[in-house]
Order: sequence, then C-alpha cells, then structure tokens
Amino acid sequence: MSDEIKKVATRQSYGEALAELGDQYPDLVVLDADLANATKTGIFQKKFPDRHIDCGIAEADMTGIAAGLATCGKIPFISSFAMFASGRNFEQVRNSIGYPHLNVKIGATHAGITVGEDGASHQCMEDLALMRTIPGMTVVCPSDDVETKAAVKAALDMKGPFYMRTSRAATKVINDVPGYIFELGKGILMKEGKDITIIATGIEVGYALEAAESLENDGVSVRVINIHTIKPLDEDIVLKAAEETGKIFTVEEATVIGGLGSAVAELTASRCPTTVHRIGMQDLFGESGTWSGLLEKYRLDGKGIYSQIKELL
Amino acid sequence: MDKKELQLTAVKVRKGIVTAVHAAKAGHPGGSLSAADIFTYLYFKEMNIDPKDPQKPDRDRFVLSKGHTAPGLYSVMANRGYFPVDELTTLRKLGSRLQGHPNMNDVPGIDMSSGSLGQGLSVADGMALAAKLDNKSYRVYCLCGDGELQEGQIWEAAMFAGAKGLDNLCVIVDNNNLQIDGTIEDVCSPYPIDKKFEAFNFHVINIDGNDLDQIEKAFDEAKTVKGKPTCIVAKTVKGKGVSFMENNVSWHGTAPNDEQYAVAMADLDKLEEGLK
Repeated sequence: MSDEIKKVATRQSYGEALAELGDQYPDLVVLDADLANATKTGIFQKKFPDRHIDCGIAEADMTGIAAGLATCGKIPFISSFAMFASGRNFEQVRNSIGYPHLNVKIGATHAGITVGEDGASHQCMEDLALMRTIPGMTVVCPSDDVETKAAVKAALDMKGPFYMRTSRAATKVINDVPGYIFELGKGILMKEGKDITIIATGIEVGYALEAAESLENDGVSVRVINIHTIKPLDEDIVLKAAEETGKIFTVEEATVIGGLGSAVAELTASRCPTTVHRIGMQDLFGESGTWSGLLEKYRLDGKGIYSQIKELL
Repeated sequence: MDKKELQLTAVKVRKGIVTAVHAAKAGHPGGSLSAADIFTYLYFKEMNIDPKDPQKPDRDRFVLSKGHTAPGLYSVMANRGYFPVDELTTLRKLGSRLQGHPNMNDVPGIDMSSGSLGQGLSVADGMALAAKLDNKSYRVYCLCGDGELQEGQIWEAAMFAGAKGLDNLCVIVDNNNLQIDGTIEDVCSPYPIDKKFEAFNFHVINIDGNDLDQIEKAFDEAKTVKGKPTCIVAKTVKGKGVSFMENNVSWHGTAPNDEQYAVAMADLDKLEEGLK
C-alpha cells in the first residue's frame, strides 16, 4: 500500500472518540478489565481519570457493574477484547444488560482474525453471531476511523444496549468523503453496480472495494454495500440489491455462521430469494501470524475476496 | 415501626409467599421464607424508599441476587404498598407482572432484574459506585444465597467492592445451608463464609437472620463502617415459619398442594396469634 493512504486501527478511533466526547456526555463512564492500553480507552482515562474504572481481569463482573451504573443514570462503555466482551460474559450481557434493556455500551476491540500473533484463543469470530441473538441489542461493526467515531457518538445518543466491534489492524480510511452520514441501521451504498452485490462489514468494506475494482477490470459490474449496523439490519438496501443484481456475496472478518452473512441470507430467503455466498471464516479457528498474513491466508483481503468471488461466479 | 409490628408484618410477608407459590403451583418458597425477616426489615425499616415514588433518584437500592426467591420480594413489596396484595396470586401466570424471576421493567420499584445466580452483586457494586461518582448518599443492599456463593462472579464482585472501598454497599448472605442437591457443605462448601468476605476487605457481621433485633443491630452497625463494604452473614432456617418446610430441602422449589397450603397457613395463623 502506498504511503499517502491514511490508515488507522479502529480501536484507536474508539479510544479517541471516547476522549473527544467525554465533555459533551458527562454521564459517560468507561470500564476496563486490565486492557485499557490495548483497547485504547487509556486515552479517555488520561483525560477523565475519575470516570474510568478498571475492574481488573473480571469481565463478567465488569458487565454487571456496568448494568448497575446504568440503572443509576450513567452511560457505561465497557471495554475488552471481543472474545471477552461478548464470549466470556455472554450470559451476563444477555441477562444483566439485554433482558432489562439497560443503557450499556460494549466497546469490543481486537475482533476477528486480525488480532494476529496472539492466535486462535484471542481471535473472536463469534461475537456478531452471539450479540445478534439478544433481543433489543444494537450490533455495529464500523469500517474505518471516521465510521467508528460516528458510531461511538450514535451509541451515546441512543438508549439501550449497544455492541460495537473494532479491530487491531491498521485500516484504510474510506469514509473521509464529503456527504458521509452515519445513521444506525442504515447501510451505505459505497459503489453502484448491476451484476452482483458485495455486502461487507467492518474492515472488510475496504477490502471489498479493492476486490470490486479488480472484478470491474474483468468486466463485472459490482455493487458494494457497507453494512455497519448488523442489527437492526437495513432491509431495504439488501432487498433492493437482491432484486436488482441478484447474486450477493457477504464479507465479514468473522464466522460465516450467524453474523452478517446469516442476517442477509435469513432476510433474502423469505423476502427475495437469491444466491447468497458467505465469505468469512468458514467454521474454523484462526492461528498465529501477522494480521496481513492471516488475511491473505484466509482470503479475506482484497485479493482473497476477488479470487473467492471469481471461483464462485 | 416497633418490633411487634415488624414481627407481625413478617408473618404477613410469609403468608403472601405461601399464597403466591400455592396459586402458581410452582416457585421457590424455602429461600423466600428463610429471608422473610430480612425482606421485612429492609422494606419496612431500613431502606429509604417510597412506594408512591418508586423511582425517586436518592432512594436506597435493593438487588435480589438470589432472584428465584422472587415470591419473598413480591410479597414484601405488595405488603409495603407497591402493588395490591391480591396480585400475588398472579405469580408466574401468563400475562402477569410477577414473572418467575424479577423483571425491573414490569414492576416499578424493582431496582434490577435477576434470576441467573451470581450476577446481582456485580450490579450492586455498579449502583454503589454510581452513588460514589455522584456524591450521593444512598445505600445499596444486595441479598445473596449461600449456595449462590459457589458462582465465581460473586468473588469477582466481592474483590471489586473490597478493593474500591464501597462502604455504601451492604451484602446479606441468606445462610440457610440448603441448596437443590443437598446441604451446601455436601454439594461444594463455601464455608467459612465470614472469613472469605473478611479476606476480600469486607466488614463482616454474623447474625441469626430470623431474629429482627439482631437484623436491626447489624444494619445499624453497617452504616457506621467507613472505607469498606459490609457483609451480613445471616444464619437462617430454610422454610422458616411453615412447620413441614423448615430445614427441608425438598421445599426449595416446590409448591404446596391445597392440603399443605391449609397446614402452612394454619401454622402462620398460629404464629400471628402468638404475637398478638
């Protein structure tokens, strides 16, 4: 990649957004489980030390503490790696936050395979699927720096449980464009196209755009949609694509079971049946490696998505 | 409210528990009855609450971490005027506000939904922390079961409360010594409970949890403690007040039939008469 393309890890954007919004939202408190440095909430901690609570390595407890704070009018953002912010504490999220529909925000960093060297134990593929099953949970997976910051603000402006996954990988900034608007539950048409549609989420949106460019060079007209909000899903934009282009390819840096691909397939199956190919982690655990090496191996970078779609077309 | 009135109220609360569970043909009478005196003292004397203004911001908070004893909570709340006592017979029925385990969004005055064991103390920590952050003086009470102490999250929460010095938090352990599979020692002993909480930087008070004088003394003492949370280890009798349910684990989660219901209510009538 050339040097002039700006790249920012979305976890960095998350930490910066919290710090930037702290004055405007005096009820915002940030909770960590000994990962403030990695989740980048340390940036908030520096600016608002009294409103940052380190719970120690106890994610289940942190989840409950956040619920208690929320009942008293605070807006807690709890922070950890996606593995521990959605997996370790799944039942606490379901019962202490989801069921009472409390105003707790979950900022999950280090999602997916791009955790890299830490390996499979820390590479959470299941978070989107898990969080999507909780009634009333908003599930967001922003695609870059701009979108992550907008999503944090949107989380603070809405009432109710909210889950956001961010990534460790330096991610190309793609939404730094005039007219960019972030609206929860509204997909974004990134590129018009007639033959097929790629629906991507998170850091895969940038890679999907690269794949689309290669496909265009081969004469395939590709529509690209950014679904930053997996729940509630923007049904209109998905159904319109199904109707107008037919064939859909979903791309996510997560298991293909239960996440974005499933959400799209579930919707189209009943409302506008068309072929939906789900690109992502194919029921596999990851492994150690550089994040870019892993994206290449599991064919989730621009080239990998391109070649997978070519094979499927 | 004097002691006699509190004792009479505790009997009413027990009657409400038995009536609700009988009507529901399901539910958890044993642990509701063991904690009935604690429920009564909290809602009729200890806590700064107002049934007419159940959401008042400076109210004391209560978390029923052992959420299966919802009949106890519902009965004390009904008797305190949060909703009509008659409504207790809708417990667990389709369409009722009185869900099998408490739902804060159904009944105004319930400060937290609960039922999945081990989670309530963390929530109580969060409430106590919120009071600290806002310089508010309200206190937070959390009732746990003794079997519930087997849940690891309880000790995460205890560590947090102790480490952060949440002296506005008071945990009560309903130590009735019985859980579904047997006595708590036989299943997986959490004893010594007091020493464990002490090690987590709690001020610990051991009492007879069915003695209203001792309950009062303990709560008064807890309010004087600075810099650490309090844990009241309340030794109780499971099924207390109903002869055939006392210390009998089979009444953990079983409802009395019509005949048993009559015996139970007669026991409680007798108790009431004795107090008059």
